[in-house]
Amino acid sequence: MSGTAQVVALLGARAARLGGPWLALLALVLAAALAFGVGRYPVSLLDVARVLVGRLAGHAPDVAPAVEAVVLQIRGPRIAAAILIGAALSVAGTAFQGLFRNPLVSPDILGASSGAALGAVLGIWLSLGVLAIEGLAFAGGLAAVACVYALGAALSGRDPILVLVLAGIVIGSLLGAGVGLIKYLADPYNQLPAMTFWLLGSLSGAHPSDLLPLAGPVVLGTGLLLALRWRLDVLSLPDEEARSLGLATGALRVAVVAAATLVTAASVATAGIVGWIGLVVPHLARFLVGPGFGRLIPTAALLGAGTLLTIDTLARTLAPVEVPLGILTAFVGTPIFLWLLARAERDWS
Amino acid sequence: MLDRRSLLIGSTALALAGPARAADPLRDDAGRALDALRTPVARVFPAGPPAAILLYTLAPDLLLGWPRAIRPAEKPYLLPQAADLPEVGRLTGRGNTANLEAVLAVKPGLILDVGSTAETYRSLADRVQSQTGIPYALLDGRLESAPATYRSLGRLIGRDAEPLAILAERTLATMRARVAAVPEGERPRVYLARGPRGLETARAGSINVEALALMGAVNVAGPGGSLAQVSPEDVVAWAPEVIVALDPAFAAAARQDPLWQATPALRTNRLHVSPSLPFGWVDFPPSVNRLLGLWWLGKILYPAQFPEDIRAVARDLSGQLYHVVPDDPALDRLLAGTP
Repeated sequence: MSGTAQVVALLGARAARLGGPWLALLALVLAAALAFGVGRYPVSLLDVARVLVGRLAGHAPDVAPAVEAVVLQIRGPRIAAAILIGAALSVAGTAFQGLFRNPLVSPDILGASSGAALGAVLGIWLSLGVLAIEGLAFAGGLAAVACVYALGAALSGRDPILVLVLAGIVIGSLLGAGVGLIKYLADPYNQLPAMTFWLLGSLSGAHPSDLLPLAGPVVLGTGLLLALRWRLDVLSLPDEEARSLGLATGALRVAVVAAATLVTAASVATAGIVGWIGLVVPHLARFLVGPGFGRLIPTAALLGAGTLLTIDTLARTLAPVEVPLGILTAFVGTPIFLWLLARAERDWS
Repeated sequence: MLDRRSLLIGSTALALAGPARAADPLRDDAGRALDALRTPVARVFPAGPPAAILLYTLAPDLLLGWPRAIRPAEKPYLLPQAADLPEVGRLTGRGNTANLEAVLAVKPGLILDVGSTAETYRSLADRVQSQTGIPYALLDGRLESAPATYRSLGRLIGRDAEPLAILAERTLATMRARVAAVPEGERPRVYLARGPRGLETARAGSINVEALALMGAVNVAGPGGSLAQVSPEDVVAWAPEVIVALDPAFAAAARQDPLWQATPALRTNRLHVSPSLPFGWVDFPPSVNRLLGLWWLGKILYPAQFPEDIRAVARDLSGQLYHVVPDDPALDRLLAGTP
């Protein structure tokens, strides 16, 4: 009897693992339908379909101009940005957790968010335009991680991973002080609120013109991590073993850091700081499909996209004004993470 | 009318009680006694931009510095000797940029703070006053209270504030009378666009929309009394008839943007950039600089009720408030809203 039950349980688990990515895809499609269907401006799903089909077929859709603007200029780009950023942060988190062999790592472990934050507040302080602010944020994120990596390489002792993490913490807090200094110097009536809103994270400003600069780095970085998915499996082994299997761990590590940084910096540049997604979603994905990166990375991407999209839909519908994304992801992410921690305590001990 | 009458009676009573009051201790708008205040005051330390602006309009010679140094673009609109005053930082309790020892070093006879008189600010004022021994006056910064605030300040520093108090009173009364003549249903629905993306706004009840509220504008963002982040979808759904923008770069971008063009305001060409020189006309800093903004808002919200030439109004009010009448190029820059 117990033998049969065990076989059934194993088969069930195997089915879940095979079905995991499809389940995540289904969740994303449902989240997208919901996101298109609700909002402050009343637009029916039928109208959404009319606009999309009309645009694809190349004729003017039979709806009011405001409806078309909402679907194509506001809600559509916002949904696309949420999908891209959710997927990017989750994949980056998954790769970093594998690289650092640590489940508590999030995509901004090497200072990408702090660097981007400094770039953005600097842009607001200098009264630059939105695209310049986003550009500075992106450059700040990349520059911060480059500094951390250079520092890690220069100090590299017996444990390069540990040195890298510590360098990330140190540079991150230094950049945080820089953000604090600029907020302190900012005009308290005008610039300071703008900085605060930006740092809390939001997709409310997602604009069609944001999509290309966002999608470029995200597709490049996520694609690279997807291509490396089998090698990441080997990277979770101790360094000597990985090398004995013929893997150039140093080069692989650079590639993973570069790809994850690229997508994180692009995400933070567009949406501000959105925490928790890159930390929690990889665990949910691992729960669904197990630790093999071949299935884990696509599942994390789909699940992350669906999760951030759902949270963003909440952000724009919960209250009469926008709820900052960073606050919602923390409220949603903390209990899930605690639950995972309680589970992991059992699994890993 | 009732408001004005009671005010008149009040000020008459005050005038009659004048000699008797002289023995009373001076008090600020929060009701705090300023026993240590010695009149006439020679130097005043402004605790923040609203205080600096109020004091500059009444007694520029007493101002000992600016919370933030005057920028080159702002200079032509201010007295040269005042524009060149040093930066002294903000003094707002916690999160000061001014150092208390530095405040003592410049030897002010009075620290002037203009803004909220709520308990937080009252207790901070007490704390700074007890630490420095310098009298710290907290005055009411609401736009509606501008006439009374002028009179309070005049009493504290021993200057005749009547001309400016009457100017503020007349401006507010004119605005009220003209707005009252517009039926409720014809008052425009307005969106205040702040921030580089124009997606930060202030909900009704917030200090940032005092001028708009006074002009009877219907705030599309609804009540809430605070700054808020909104989405373009909100703005399209609210369908504002007028958009008042603070950032010229945002306004330029919005005029080219199909997203913003989905609002009635852009379709009817009623996106306006608030003039910002020498200080913001509509929103910030929240001081008497907004008296000028009331006229500007009147012009854009109710063109029929405000036939005056805004250039003449700006010349006249700049002269009275800022002691400088801007020349024509300066006036053009001012009204174009460019920084």
